[in-house]
Formats: sequence, structure tokens, C-alpha cells
Amino acid sequence: MEILLQQIINGLVQGSVYALVALGYTMVYGILGLINFAHGEVVMIGAMLALSALTALLGMGVPPALALPFSLGLAMLGCMALGYSIERIAYRPLRHAPRLAPLITAIGVSIVLQNLAMMIWGREYHSFPQLIANTPHAFGGAIINDIQIIIFLMALLIMAGLMVVVHRTSLGRAMRAVAENQNAAQLMGVDINRVIAITFMLGSALAAIAGMMVSANYGLAHYYMGFLLGLKAFTAAVLGGIGNLRGAMLGGLLLGLIESLGAGYIGDLTGGFMGSNYQDVFAFFVLIAVLVFRPSGLLGERLAERA
Amino acid sequence: MSFRFARSLLLAAITLTLLGCERSSTGGQGTSGELVVRIGASAPLTGPQAHIGKDNESGTRMAIDDANAKGIIIGGHKVRFELISEDDQADPKTATIVAQKLVDNKVSGVIGHLNSGTTIPASRIYNDNGIVQISPSATAVAYTAQGFKTAFRVMANDAQQGRVLGEYATKNLGAKKIAVIDDQTGYGQGLANEFIKSAQANGAQIVAHEYTNDKAYDFTAVLTAVKGKQPDLLFYAGMDPQAGPMAKQLKALAMNLKFMMGDGGYTPQFIKLAGDAAEGVYASLPGVPLDKMPGGKEFEARFVAKYQPIQLYAPYCYDAVNVMIAAMQKAGSVEPAKYLPELAGISHDGVTARIQFDEKGDLKGGAITLYQVQQGKWQPLETLGVITPAVH
Repeated sequence: MEILLQQIINGLVQGSVYALVALGYTMVYGILGLINFAHGEVVMIGAMLALSALTALLGMGVPPALALPFSLGLAMLGCMALGYSIERIAYRPLRHAPRLAPLITAIGVSIVLQNLAMMIWGREYHSFPQLIANTPHAFGGAIINDIQIIIFLMALLIMAGLMVVVHRTSLGRAMRAVAENQNAAQLMGVDINRVIAITFMLGSALAAIAGMMVSANYGLAHYYMGFLLGLKAFTAAVLGGIGNLRGAMLGGLLLGLIESLGAGYIGDLTGGFMGSNYQDVFAFFVLIAVLVFRPSGLLGERLAERA
Repeated sequence: MSFRFARSLLLAAITLTLLGCERSSTGGQGTSGELVVRIGASAPLTGPQAHIGKDNESGTRMAIDDANAKGIIIGGHKVRFELISEDDQADPKTATIVAQKLVDNKVSGVIGHLNSGTTIPASRIYNDNGIVQISPSATAVAYTAQGFKTAFRVMANDAQQGRVLGEYATKNLGAKKIAVIDDQTGYGQGLANEFIKSAQANGAQIVAHEYTNDKAYDFTAVLTAVKGKQPDLLFYAGMDPQAGPMAKQLKALAMNLKFMMGDGGYTPQFIKLAGDAAEGVYASLPGVPLDKMPGGKEFEARFVAKYQPIQLYAPYCYDAVNVMIAAMQKAGSVEPAKYLPELAGISHDGVTARIQFDEKGDLKGGAITLYQVQQGKWQPLETLGVITPAVH
């Protein structure tokens, strides 16, 4: 029983990081119909920037309680600038090009960012300073750490905040309008370029937070860390219905749970026939099953009217 | 496209082709009458294991620089060695492409690859083309069991290492219930299986065998599954990028057990990544501790001054190059077919061991040293297996 509870906790923590990153994919897709494959690298750059800022601040003798939020803020700002630049340089010139062109560009941007990070921060793994005490709390026989609690709560808070922004502010209304019909939105006086740029910046800020969360939780940062995380988050976004914000959150949490329960129980379920080596197979099997019955994802709308 | 543009494109293409030909034809004589000998090297220079791959490259480069500084003469020619280093991304498919590229570049020998998973598929290509390959770090038994005359390694194999680790876990550490996690690479699988065989032969029970991969960083799910089986020792067969976070997560899950790894975890990087969770962790490394070897300390000092602290296999790469050059000198030829017999029968005192190969191309003897993290540093505990100390 405590093992099951532990697996659920593991899954929720992992899933909330997926959800934050998935939001970035889904926001951009909702508005531009573009899968921004460079998003995973933005997460990585966020983690790296946070790490550099943190190391520098701690080196100057700034107390951790101050250095932590400050470096997070710095990483967010840096990623927002990066997100803006990516959109401005790589995607905006291609906005009316055939769909394949921006997709290939996205992959190119991803490779460029990864190699740039390798040149700046080197190939080795960096250990992320452990500033939040990693005290384990027993919780019904399962164990949860302070960092994990913070990750989960912060993710929930950010998602709620994002929902408010999208559904209750004029910026959010503009975003939804652009998503629905760019031309009509433009005719109504919405500055599309501005809205798209802001969307990229918002998504990148979330990516920076996610990057710092991952680094703090696992205690490492590496120029390659964005690749797998981005792939998983993209999967989560598709699972939930890409283009749909609630879908990204649901998909993220669900993917986290599926992965951890899958890895934990697949051996017992199949009588030892399959082990945890089938963990990813299991996750993708669920994804395929969902897509067979709901091609647009769990909460996705049909895309027919948009295309 | 205008005609003029098309013509200049064509001209550019022709020039490039000619340049390419020019470059590939310099295999023999260099400008000043010296013989240029190409040594290929391959390791992951990008991706999660890039730090270990770079370490390999540096070790190889240092040996080549040393040889060039010495001015080696082979068969009456002054020889200048040239390193061609390729990135195999720790990926078996890429490794075969890289291997073909090295063959096409007419290398006289190859130092590599780093991982067993890349070394094995690449070895067929080297063998088909008669090119000598010395892997500094591939430990999978399968590598030298293919019957390839061209395949050598300067590191003990998994059968030797797994046996020693299994014995140490059961006899010295008294483990009765053991859990194993492997990273599903050629290296991880092989080592895990050899370890399991040895541990079972010594009376331990394997309560769980779980899996991860060489790009993962979250192991909470598999570790929780392992926790349910209540083992007293966990053996991880994989590399440090996974082992470090794994040790950390073991601690976070309040799992109180002994944690043990093979050579893939014996790096300073592991200690950095695992933080205080590294304390008390065990790992093995084929060979005798470097500072016990004649020339070992001196090598380390020079290496650190030139590059960075040794990650893992740099000394083995250094030895691999030197043993290859020694065989070339003995044969008086840089032709793989001519120096191969000399290499097979060589006895060379390297910085890691006295290097002699058995009929399969495996290292003879093959001592294995167990280490433990004590006060944030790897400390040697015991050297097991047959020891062949180098005597100068």
C-alpha cells in the first residue's frame, strides 16, 4: 500500500514538471499551429541560467533565501528574452511558409541551442546546489521531500494563474482570439505579432521555472537535459489534446502517473514477463490507445474547423 | 537560377571534390618527408556521456602528442602521428557510420570506442577492413568473443569484473538479498548478468532486476519498486550520469542499503552529482590504483595540468595508444596487417598495467580494484584478481 502511495507521489511530482513544460508546447501550438521543438532546450537554458546565477550569487555571499528567488527571476527573464528572439528570428519570417518549414526550423533551433549551451557551460554535468533542505517527511508510509512539495504546489499555483490570465484578462482574450482566427483578430485591432511574442515569452518563463525545478529536484543540470524532458512534455501535450491548456496539465500529470505506476507494477502485472524496461513502451501504449479512441487527445477539440 | 550562379555553384562543387581528394591522398608522406600515420579515436563527444568521451579523447591525444614530441622512428621513417577523433554519440548506429568514416580515412589503428554498445558493432567494420582496434574501456565479454583478430582491449572484461563484484558483495559486504538495475546498454546488460551469476553462485538471492536507460535522470519509480522487495544491496550497471542522481534519490526515498556500481560509476563526477549521498558507495575499476603504478602519478599530474582531472578512462586510452605504437615499432611498420602479430604477442608496461593480450585480445591477468567513497573521495579498498604489476 505504501508502495502504491509512493508511486503516486513520484508520478505527481514528475507529472507536474511535465505539465509546466507541456503548457509551453500547447500555448504555441494553440496560437500558431506550430510544434516548437526548441521548447525543451529553453527549459535546459533556464536551468543553466538559474545555476549560473545561483553560483555567482552564493559566491558573493548572498543568503540562499534571497539568491534562490532572484536567480529564478533572472532565469525567467533570460528565457523570456530567448523565447522572444527565437520567435522573432526563426519563426516569424516563416509564418506564412508551408507548415513543414517552421517545423524543420524548430528542430534546427533546438540543435543550435543545445550546441550553444555545450559551448557555454561545457559537456559535463553540473551539480545543482542543494539549498532547500531535503528532509524526507513520512506520509502514510510513503516519503515526500520539501522540494517535491514545493514543486507540486508551485506547479498548481502557476497553472491556476495561467488560467486566470487566459480567461480573465484582455491579453488572454487577445490570445484566444488569435488562436481562433488570426485574420479576424487582426481586423478587430489585435496586434498579432505582439500577442504571439507574449505567448512565446510566457511559455519560456514557465520553461525556466520547470528547468529550475528539475535541476533542484535531481540536483543536476546538463546541456542535454532538455531533449528527453521536451519529448516527454510534448507527449503529455498530445495526450491531453495539444492546443488545450487544461489538456496539457491533465496530460502532464497523467503521463507522470502512468510512467511511475507502469515502471513500478508492470513486472507484477505481467507476472515478470515484462519488466521496467518496458516503462516507456507502457507510456506510449497508453498514448496510442488514447489517440485511437480520441484522435485529438483527452481534452482536445477537433482541429477540422481550424485548419 | 541564373546561368552564372549555376556555373559558380558547379565550380565550387568541383573545387570541393578536388580538395576532398587532395585531403584523402596524404595518407603516406607528409610535407617534410616524414611519414604521417593516422590514428582514429571514437567516443561520445556530445550527449550525456560527453564528459567521459572528452576524457578519452584527451588521454589519446596526450599519448599522440608525447609520441610526436619524442620523434618516433618506424621502419627508418620519422613518423608524425595524427589523431582523427570522431563522435559516436554513444549510439550503436552512429558508431558504425563513424567506423566506416575512420576506415575511409585510412587510419592505421583505432582507439575506441568508449561504450561496449558502440564498440561491438564497430568492431565488425574494423575487422572486415583489417584495421587494428584497441578499446580502452569496452568491458562486454561479447566484444572479443566474436573471433575478430583485430579486436583488443586494455581493460578487464565484465566476466572478470562481474565475478569480482558479485563475490565482494556477498562475501565482504555480506549481502543476502540483492537488487540489480541496469541501463540496457551493451555494457549495463553484460555487467548485470555477470554480476547476478556470481552473486547467485555465492548464495545471494536476486530479489529484483529492474531497468532504466542511459538518458534517464528520474529513477524514483524503479527505486520504489525495488524498495518493496527490501534488498540489502543495490547494484547499478551503468554510467555516472545515472548513478549520481540514483544515489541521491535512494537517500531521498530513505532507502537504507548498500549501493554498488561497476567502473561506469567510478568518477569524480559521480561524487559531484550524488553530493552527500555518495558517501559509502562502492565501485570497481579494472587495474591497480593509478598512484600504485610506476609512472601513474606522473601521468596524472601531467594530464591534470594539460586538461582537467581524470574522469575515468584517460589512462587506459594513453596506454592503448602507446601499446599500439610499441607494436608498430617492433614490427617496423604501420601497416595493420604487419604490426598486428606483434601487438598480439606484446608485453608493454603502461600506466594502468603491464599489458599483455590473451588469444582473444583480452587483457591478461586483469586485476580489479574496489573503491569506496570516503569523506567525498574515492578510496581504494582492495585489489582482487590476478595482479601483474609493471616492473620497470
